[in-house]
Amino acid sequence: MFLELQFVLPEIGLLALAGVVIGLDMTLRRAARRSLGWVTAAGLAILLGVAVWSALRPAGDEILGGMLRADTLAASFRVIILAAAMLSVLLAMGVEGLADRGEAYALMLVATLGMCLMAAAGDLVMLYLAIETTSIPLYLLAGYLKRDTRSTEAGLKYFLFGAAASTVMLYGFSLLFGFTGETRLAAVAQSIAVGSMPRVLWIAAAMLVLVGFGFKVSAVPLHFWTPDVYEGAPTPITAFISTASKAAGFAVLMRVMLTVFTPAVAPYWVGVVVAMSVASMTLGNVLALTQKNIKRLLAYSSIAHAGYALIGLVALSPLGVASTLFYLGAYVITNLAAFAVVIVVARIVGSDDIAQFAGLSRRAPMVALALMIGLLSLAGMPPFVGFVAKVFVFAAAVQRGYIWLAVVGVLNSIVGLYYYLIVLKVVYLYRSENEAQPLPVTAPYKWALGLTMLGILVLGILSGPWFDWAIRAAGSIY
Amino acid sequence: MTFPILSIIVFTPIVAGVIILLLPAERKGWIRGVALLASAVALLLSVVAYFSYDIPQGGYQMVQKIPWLPAWGISYHIGVDGLSLPLVLLTGVVMFTGVLISWGVDDRPREFFGFLFILATGVFGVFVSLDLFQLFFFYEIAVFPMYLLIAIWGWQKTREYAAMKLTLYLFIGSVVALVGALAMFFASGLHTFDMLELERAGFSGAFQRIWFPVVFFGFGVLGGLFPFHNWSPDGHVAAPTAVSMFHAGVLMKLGAFAALRVGIMLLPEGAKVHLPWIIFLALVNVVYGALIAMVQTDFKYVIGFSSVSHMGLVMLGFASLSREGYIGSGLQMFSHGVMTALFFAVVGMVYDRAHTRDIPKLGGFARKMPVVAIAFIVGGLVSMGMPGLSGFVAEFPIFLGVWSAQPIVAIIAALGIVVTAAYIMIIVRRVFFGPMPEEFEGHIGDVTPLDKLALGVLSFILIALGVFPAWMAPLVASGVNSVMRLLGGA
Repeated sequence: MFLELQFVLPEIGLLALAGVVIGLDMTLRRAARRSLGWVTAAGLAILLGVAVWSALRPAGDEILGGMLRADTLAASFRVIILAAAMLSVLLAMGVEGLADRGEAYALMLVATLGMCLMAAAGDLVMLYLAIETTSIPLYLLAGYLKRDTRSTEAGLKYFLFGAAASTVMLYGFSLLFGFTGETRLAAVAQSIAVGSMPRVLWIAAAMLVLVGFGFKVSAVPLHFWTPDVYEGAPTPITAFISTASKAAGFAVLMRVMLTVFTPAVAPYWVGVVVAMSVASMTLGNVLALTQKNIKRLLAYSSIAHAGYALIGLVALSPLGVASTLFYLGAYVITNLAAFAVVIVVARIVGSDDIAQFAGLSRRAPMVALALMIGLLSLAGMPPFVGFVAKVFVFAAAVQRGYIWLAVVGVLNSIVGLYYYLIVLKVVYLYRSENEAQPLPVTAPYKWALGLTMLGILVLGILSGPWFDWAIRAAGSIY
Repeated sequence: MTFPILSIIVFTPIVAGVIILLLPAERKGWIRGVALLASAVALLLSVVAYFSYDIPQGGYQMVQKIPWLPAWGISYHIGVDGLSLPLVLLTGVVMFTGVLISWGVDDRPREFFGFLFILATGVFGVFVSLDLFQLFFFYEIAVFPMYLLIAIWGWQKTREYAAMKLTLYLFIGSVVALVGALAMFFASGLHTFDMLELERAGFSGAFQRIWFPVVFFGFGVLGGLFPFHNWSPDGHVAAPTAVSMFHAGVLMKLGAFAALRVGIMLLPEGAKVHLPWIIFLALVNVVYGALIAMVQTDFKYVIGFSSVSHMGLVMLGFASLSREGYIGSGLQMFSHGVMTALFFAVVGMVYDRAHTRDIPKLGGFARKMPVVAIAFIVGGLVSMGMPGLSGFVAEFPIFLGVWSAQPIVAIIAALGIVVTAAYIMIIVRRVFFGPMPEEFEGHIGDVTPLDKLALGVLSFILIALGVFPAWMAPLVASGVNSVMRLLGGA
């Protein structure tokens, strides 16, 4: 029992930390509450260390009666999620209406807890609980700025879409349980393999479940909520949803699709996921072209990135799983860097319009450089991590003979480059009246930018050990 | 361990670039100082590397190999042979002279030199890469900074359009080639990106026939191969002087070199199938480029299209599949690089003073800036293939090779040279001689000593190679040996 609990140490820590933060929120004076962000971030940093330690230990098997799987894949996703949460908390520390609210930090911690459990869930019941533990705090956080109509709209929209997707997914779960009589993923898979369930029904179940997961990762056609919610939610929360929540979504997507609907039955659903991947890449990139608001642009770009990451899933190979995992790590760290710059700028200029970035390179050359590195990494340019990540997913596709899919991905990355360059053009080329004014960068943002830049470069240049890690994680499924 | 001279050459620019980016923006003197120092170091080391290559021994030398991504068989693997070494030297020369000529850049010089040097590392990196993945890694690093360099410091009228066009063209080319590289990786079954091992992979004939055009055209885009040359004149014209020099002088060679190294050398059977028709595209480059250059009235566009024409000669040499052709192409890459850098430097100097590049409006510049005029005439003679200058040394073997493959192509291509002679002489007469328009009288002065030094270095190299080709031709010939071996002595 104790050994089993060792694996869930970060989750226990998250719960304790959330309690501590709420406790401090009630006892501290208002002015002192601003430092709650540091407490949360420091706590998450420690938990991140624990999670890394646990990911490096030899993988275990099912724990807590099969509720969770203590494997390297789960542990690796947990590292990504905790890192994203830590950086998002840093980003929240300068935003009015979030920075001095302990409950906001606590909600982020609870959502993080849910995501970590999502990544490790080995049972349908646990999986559903984890997804809801993640979603409900995120609905609240998206609508957290009560006086901002766009934020409340985002919260409501996210909630309605999320609840609908969740019920559809739950219906899929109920089909699986009803026919197989099992809730443990491994047992469900075995039962399907021996034919306990008519083919039509398990294909239907696979599709229903895909709706729920597709919503979480914002893949087309379940992406409709993304632009509005990303635009309306407080930016640190947008950053959090677009990185940690998406990574957790991919964790369950890969685990359920690859272990429950095993390769033997895979041909029936892979076509659908291929279509989702192509549609996400294409639609996300094309719609991003015309965006005037940086948050909407990043929303559409995040839809496109979900499409790239799905390529690794359809490869149905260890290399595919590893490349998706690596891609998500790369995407999370890069997207957080981009959002950090967005917040730094928006705090001062008070708007998320791309036009407001004019003259940034004269006003704050280092911030402009950070934005450039972030966007280029998203576009897939070396020496940044986005390049190797893209090469790996395309390689996974080519390995399995999906050359056309790799070509579609490649063409899409050109469209992507175009709109990232448009933003950089505004930053570097256009002048503005306020370019002589300083653009102060406070300590949390210096940390966030420093850590993400470091991550982008280290993962991009010294990718070897990280990719080996991803390959080991893929061994949890294959 | 031996002195890792190539690694130092590759990383000197990027280290300098990062240092420059970290300096305070107001310290323009320091920024330029670091830039000059770093480019001088890179040039000096390139010269040392150049002359320490052992020609009789041949093959790849100064090799260094460090595992990088072992799971993929990717390593940091560098080395030079007779084909890449002249290009390393070329990059050193262009970088050094480019810094001299950009001394006057006053808008954000920190970012300018920073990005320029990151670009330089990419270029050096591609030329010394012996690993396919690493080659792409550096290739993309070389492509991207171009966008900012052109968009920020370029010619106001077309810079945004040209920068975007150029970046997208080159990116498309490189990612298409990347898919080809991934196909090679998996088809070889060797689980390595090492090009020396992939050379021996023995890809099936069908595989080579399918993938050769993908890889060759992918890189050929950057080499300015017709019909994918369209980005290049626009890009050259919009770019600031030093970037045009880099761009036409070095980057286009990057495309040609990668097309050779990855396309022809890794997929030789495919090359033998496809190059006999690609030779006609290269012919279009030569003749059509020259004809378009002839009718341009913008000084810089003339030079831009002349690059398209001259790069066509490089491709012709490749497509001839003959020993002479490859030797000629190897020399032409170097010679054209130096020559076109010289041309763009001259255009920049004229434009900076006259504020127009419209040829009919210019005239009489030889009296005001004699050194520039002489340098341009030297470059012009090189461009026409005048014996005694590097152009002849390079173009003569190309024509020999093409003649042996397709005499008719050689004859038509020779007409391109005649057209070249015509437009060069027109420019010399209109821009440098004849009466100077009144509006320029009085306020047009001579160029700075740094400019003169840059022009001197470039002209000296062109003459030295023409008069005494023995310092480069045997080296290139030794590099061609390995290409010929792969092509099976075709």
